Amino acid sequence: MKRLLFALPLVVAMIIGGFAIWGLSGGRDPSSLPSEFISKPVPQIDLAAIEGVERPGLSTADINDMDGIKLLNFFASWCGPCRAEHPNLTRLGQEEGVTLIGINYKDKPEAAAKWLEELGNPYVALGSDYSGRGGIELGISGVPETFIIDADGIIRHRFAGPVVGDGLRRFLEALDEVRQ
Amino acid sequence: MIPELGQFALSLALIAAVVQSVLPMLGAARGNALWMQSAQASALAQFVLIAFAFGALMRSYVVSDFTVENVVNNSHSLKPMLYKIAGTWGNHEGSLLLWVFILAGFGAAVAFYGRNIPMALKARTLSVQAWISVGFISFMLFTSNPFTRVFPPPLDGNDLNPLLQDVGLAIHPPLLYVGYVGFSIVFSFAVAALIEGRVDPAWARWVRPWTLAAWTSLTAGIGLGSWWAYYELGWGGWWFWDPVENVSFMPWLVGTALLHSAIVTEKRDTFKSWTILLAILTFSLSLLGTFIVRSGLLTSVHAFAVDPERGIYILGLLILSIGGSLALFAWRAPSMEGGGLFAPVSREAGLLINNLLLTTATATVLFGTLYPLFLEAITGDKISVGPPFFNAGFIPIMMPLLLVMGVGPFMSWKRADLQGVLSRLKVALAAAVVTSLIVWYVTTGGPVLAIIMMGIGVWVLVASVQEWGRRVKLFQDGAWARIRRQPRASHGMTLAHIGVALLVLGATGSSAWKEDLVAFADPGAKIDIAGFELTFESVERQRGPNYIADVATLSVTRDGEFVTTLYPERRFYPTAGSTTTESSIRQTLAGDLYASIAEPAAEGAKSDWLLRVLYEPLVNFLWIGTMFLVLGGSLSLTDRRLRVGAPRKSKSKAAPIGATPAE
Amino acid sequence: MIRAAALALALLASPAWAVEPDEILDDPVLEERARAISANVRCVVCQNEPIDSSDAGVARDLRILIRERLVAGDSDQEIFDFLVVRYGDFVLFKPPFKPSTYALWFGPFIILFIGGAAVAVSLARRPRAPVKNDLQLSAEEEADLAKLMKEDTSL
Repeated sequence: MKRLLFALPLVVAMIIGGFAIWGLSGGRDPSSLPSEFISKPVPQIDLAAIEGVERPGLSTADINDMDGIKLLNFFASWCGPCRAEHPNLTRLGQEEGVTLIGINYKDKPEAAAKWLEELGNPYVALGSDYSGRGGIELGISGVPETFIIDADGIIRHRFAGPVVGDGLRRFLEALDEVRQ
Repeated sequence: MIPELGQFALSLALIAAVVQSVLPMLGAARGNALWMQSAQASALAQFVLIAFAFGALMRSYVVSDFTVENVVNNSHSLKPMLYKIAGTWGNHEGSLLLWVFILAGFGAAVAFYGRNIPMALKARTLSVQAWISVGFISFMLFTSNPFTRVFPPPLDGNDLNPLLQDVGLAIHPPLLYVGYVGFSIVFSFAVAALIEGRVDPAWARWVRPWTLAAWTSLTAGIGLGSWWAYYELGWGGWWFWDPVENVSFMPWLVGTALLHSAIVTEKRDTFKSWTILLAILTFSLSLLGTFIVRSGLLTSVHAFAVDPERGIYILGLLILSIGGSLALFAWRAPSMEGGGLFAPVSREAGLLINNLLLTTATATVLFGTLYPLFLEAITGDKISVGPPFFNAGFIPIMMPLLLVMGVGPFMSWKRADLQGVLSRLKVALAAAVVTSLIVWYVTTGGPVLAIIMMGIGVWVLVASVQEWGRRVKLFQDGAWARIRRQPRASHGMTLAHIGVALLVLGATGSSAWKEDLVAFADPGAKIDIAGFELTFESVERQRGPNYIADVATLSVTRDGEFVTTLYPERRFYPTAGSTTTESSIRQTLAGDLYASIAEPAAEGAKSDWLLRVLYEPLVNFLWIGTMFLVLGGSLSLTDRRLRVGAPRKSKSKAAPIGATPAE
Repeated sequence: MIRAAALALALLASPAWAVEPDEILDDPVLEERARAISANVRCVVCQNEPIDSSDAGVARDLRILIRERLVAGDSDQEIFDFLVVRYGDFVLFKPPFKPSTYALWFGPFIILFIGGAAVAVSLARRPRAPVKNDLQLSAEEEADLAKLMKEDTSL
């Protein structure tokens, strides 16, 4: 009994050590936040179209009316990584049989229009979220973020950061999982 | 050339440390005096070599040698000299070098000033100390070398974060590290004692000065950090229970328990296991702190370097040192029998409660800090554990402790007369109750807890002063002589306890009754707060050595009478490309009037400037209280009885009280 | 001239801190609630800061959102719930009280209890020194001893 008591600090230290080892293991990012919307339907959003861009606005009903897998991408013209991922997203929209929809986050319509003109507009529908409320509705913390929504309108995956390089690979893996 | 020499010196120091880890320990086991004494030479060698390395790095900063990568990343030619020097330790690699420097310094100090410590114990202690050195120096050489070069050298450095270009923050790390690393000596003593298999009361006497020194420095370091946060960050906060703050606080809490426990072991030959355990835990928590800050395990505003690879190395060090020492404790400590018995009401009992409550408080803070990690590992959920939890957990544990703190000094060893003690404390109790009633009457709003805490703060204050007055028989003839005859450590105790009381009052006042106002302002605007009226007079542009500032002038009046002028600034640092706020504060004992200025972020804002004005009642009691703590600790350090190994000045003087034959 | 413009741009580009006047509500009671709530909501893009004192854009958006909902009549708890639906428990500085956090909230009490029990047990088990009858002290010695022990508050 007495020995047990004296061993207690050691036991506690080992437990903490175990958790610390887990904490340092493979690719864990202490500041990343998992999305609250995985396996849930798309929350209520209703965003007007971007002025000067020839695409309809975006609402939850619109999204649910669309067939197949949808990629909901938050982007902005002032966001460098968004520019980097743009060609990859465009390609995904064309080749992978997914519908690309976008939300322009905290961006001036003119700037967005110019950006899309320069880089091309792969989006089927675009919502203008100047106030950032749309982003809050989906719990985003910055741009770019991309949600994979399945054919039934359920959000299956949230990808934070640009879909480039290793990120692109992981994104494609996630996409494959959703397809099954 | 010099950086290379510095690195070479570090490698040599590692060799000295390796020798020191083995030879003295073996010598103690075999009774080989020569091997045991080799510790002296190796400790000195380590110190000299590491001092050289530290000097080499500092020189690189002072001359802005941009061929050294560390200097490039953390300095700039335009930085004021003080911050160039402080830049030496204001980064991961440099701070490790500082750590190792202080470690070697303490080791050398024990080697040379611990003259009355038995040879075997000293040898074992220095060996354990060397194990720690080996761990940290090798960590540096293999993963965090401050002397790596960069070719071609850039034209200038990347500048230190302007937020850190501050006097308080420049001294903050060295003070903290003397604290953290100082506890390593006590740790080494404890492990050595476990290896030897016994703890004499004399052991506790040797432990005490080192504990005091480390504790005092740590107190100063934490206080300085809080003070810096208060005046620099712009919203008058001084503690956020951020993981990095917590990992500095936990060694302080158990260090305090250790200090008290060591006294019991010395005087009454009991609490041995407690004292040894606390000695191990204090340094273990220091190590844990080092780990958390540098590994990226937890997110924090303060985090140094987010590097899991380094984290794994440190974790390895931790597993060896903490796991090893606690295993040794589990194995050896049960056979160390305690000596003195004591009654349920006695000073020992009071200090036992002290140990228990401080340890529980530490465990609570540790649990709260690590819980997000635990939960994420088990369920994958991410939660935050912030001030609401820590305040709810910590304060209720502190309250009984503070109550006992008032009573404790009155109690005698072995058996105390509780009735007698409590009857003497009637004055303190009355003062506490009266204070609470006055506070309740005078203030509007603020939680009931705050009113109680104010009362408790006064309780500790009056009880401490009263105990001191009684001890020196203040109002009887010859008081001054009695004061001078008292051992300094007992004056130190009184000062420190008063310090705690002031801390409680300051913390309560500035948290519960803080006023906080943000307003649009253009020159000419007026703001009312806490009975003061502030008039925004003007804004002027000024240049500093490496920044450009907008300085506002605010004149402050109360009831129409001029009180003071405040000059909050907004500074822009071109190279770092960032801005900082320099607040302007009017400090009085009653409270601080605190102003800062910034530009509105929103487009089309109603004015050119934002003014933020705070009133923080009693906040200066925090800093004064900390100073009392440091004063108390320093005074105790000068106690004659603690100079166990001080070199004798003349042969005619009797041996110092602390000197005992080696047993 | 160019420097001044660049500086102005730079100053504008770096955001100001914390609560801004256009966010402040006219009703002081609601405003105080807003500040209290903001102090307890974590900024999700910062390294451990509340939205009340963070520069981040998202923090500002949330501060304004909270005030809108307060004006609309939501209770404090409803606002916290609103944020938790979108960002998870992570966004609260006060961890919720639910099965996954029972251990956290009960922890301190349990630790204190275990510690106290361990101490009590070890104290109860100490051997009591038997009173040896052959060691009698005279009344005088007893009195002296009592006096010495009573007075021993040395450090």
